[in-house]
Amino acid sequence: MKLRFDAVSKSFGDNHVLREISIDIAAGEVVTFIGASGSGKSTLLRCVNLLETIDAGSIALDGDVITKVGVDPNPVRRRVGMVFQSYNLFPHMSVARNVTLALTEVLGIDSVEAMDRARTLLERFGLLDKIDRYPDQLSGGQQQRVAIARAMALNPEVLLLDEITSALDPELVGEVLDVVRELKGSGITMLFATHEMSFAEEISDRVCYLDSGLIAEMGPPHQIFTEPANERTQQFLSRVLKGQRRD
Amino acid sequence: MPRWDRVKASFFDGELLADSFPRLLDAFVLDVMIFVWTTPFILITAMLIAIARNTRAPSLFPVRIFAIAYTDIMRGVPVILWIYLIGFGVPGIGLERPWNSPLLWGSVALGLTYSAYVAEVFRAGIEGVHESQRAAARSLGLSSAQTMRHVIIPQAIRKVLPPLMNDMVSLQKDVALVSLIGPIEILRQAGIDKAKFANFTPFVGAALIFLSITIPLTRFTDYLLSRERERTGGSRVR
Repeated sequence: MKLRFDAVSKSFGDNHVLREISIDIAAGEVVTFIGASGSGKSTLLRCVNLLETIDAGSIALDGDVITKVGVDPNPVRRRVGMVFQSYNLFPHMSVARNVTLALTEVLGIDSVEAMDRARTLLERFGLLDKIDRYPDQLSGGQQQRVAIARAMALNPEVLLLDEITSALDPELVGEVLDVVRELKGSGITMLFATHEMSFAEEISDRVCYLDSGLIAEMGPPHQIFTEPANERTQQFLSRVLKGQRRD
Repeated sequence: MPRWDRVKASFFDGELLADSFPRLLDAFVLDVMIFVWTTPFILITAMLIAIARNTRAPSLFPVRIFAIAYTDIMRGVPVILWIYLIGFGVPGIGLERPWNSPLLWGSVALGLTYSAYVAEVFRAGIEGVHESQRAAARSLGLSSAQTMRHVIIPQAIRKVLPPLMNDMVSLQKDVALVSLIGPIEILRQAGIDKAKFANFTPFVGAALIFLSITIPLTRFTDYLLSRERERTGGSRVR
């Protein structure tokens, strides 16, 4: 098992964001988390690379519990990449440096080799001509693709995608999803929190519907999207899909 | 203005200005030197204090307390008082030459007080960098020290360059306060010339010399900032 959530709970004050979540995710699997805002999708992802500490339960990566007190978070984070809703690129660094920073500083790779790797990644995501630009000079879609390249630079085993298209104009969503589609082919394990239902249906091996910190329903995408068993899933999907058709 | 002639005679005496100007310039070299050696001291100390104050580990609580106490105490007392206290006080414990120089300890006093002001500027800059930047850096496996060094501090410094420059211009002028414990720098030299000629023109000369440094310094910062915006920024709103 690549990633195992065992009764993971997390609250912010009185707000129980995650309630005893348990999921096993196989290597290479793509699991999409859907649910209303505040249902716990983002928090669940942030717990995996230890940006949030969980209150109870455990998360294991390749069988090693990473949420124990005293575990050094940095080696875990090298194996778990994350892409954020608002890109979070470093605005004072060029595209190239955004991608090479972790290579030279975390892995200690020399700058020439790091640059080679950055070039390869940026070419793969169609951004080679932007290598010397700065984030503020790029479109949202380009910035998010750079952010994916930055996360992929360390060659992570697990990639966390936290609503990566939510801040984008509709016409820019496609180019970012193309990159995700391409990544799926490479066999990386992905956890994907999203509101893009049709894309979730296309790309996921499993879809997980979160409702107020609980897994309300989980299963293969066609099952969740065409014949959801849970009444709340049905309501959520009809609400969301109506909205997305209007677009 | 019926009294203009008298003002003109005692403040704007061209001949006297020409006469005292070289002496003022000579004395100003000391101001520049005090400025030049206190500035790096201030920038480094201030940054260390700002970083100390922004530490998050619970175990570093004493470090935070020290940083807070330092800025509160140094900023809470007028600069001139610190110059008297440290400039006369420290040599007073019986140090040998050259370690008993009021110039040295006056500079230290200036450096220590300004570090507190500048630390607050840096702290504002560090806190002004959005938390998501820290999250992005940490998610890449950077340690908190690496995150500070590569991601937070470079952005913080860019944000605070104008207020930082404000403090540096202010320092350039406050260097003159060190004269009150002895060293003959420009303000003191102007005072000597004023007494000698019973005329205020040397003070006007000193003011002109200060302006000749502080104005270009400010314009240069503006230039650096706009160049940085050009280089990294997107298109600007009109």
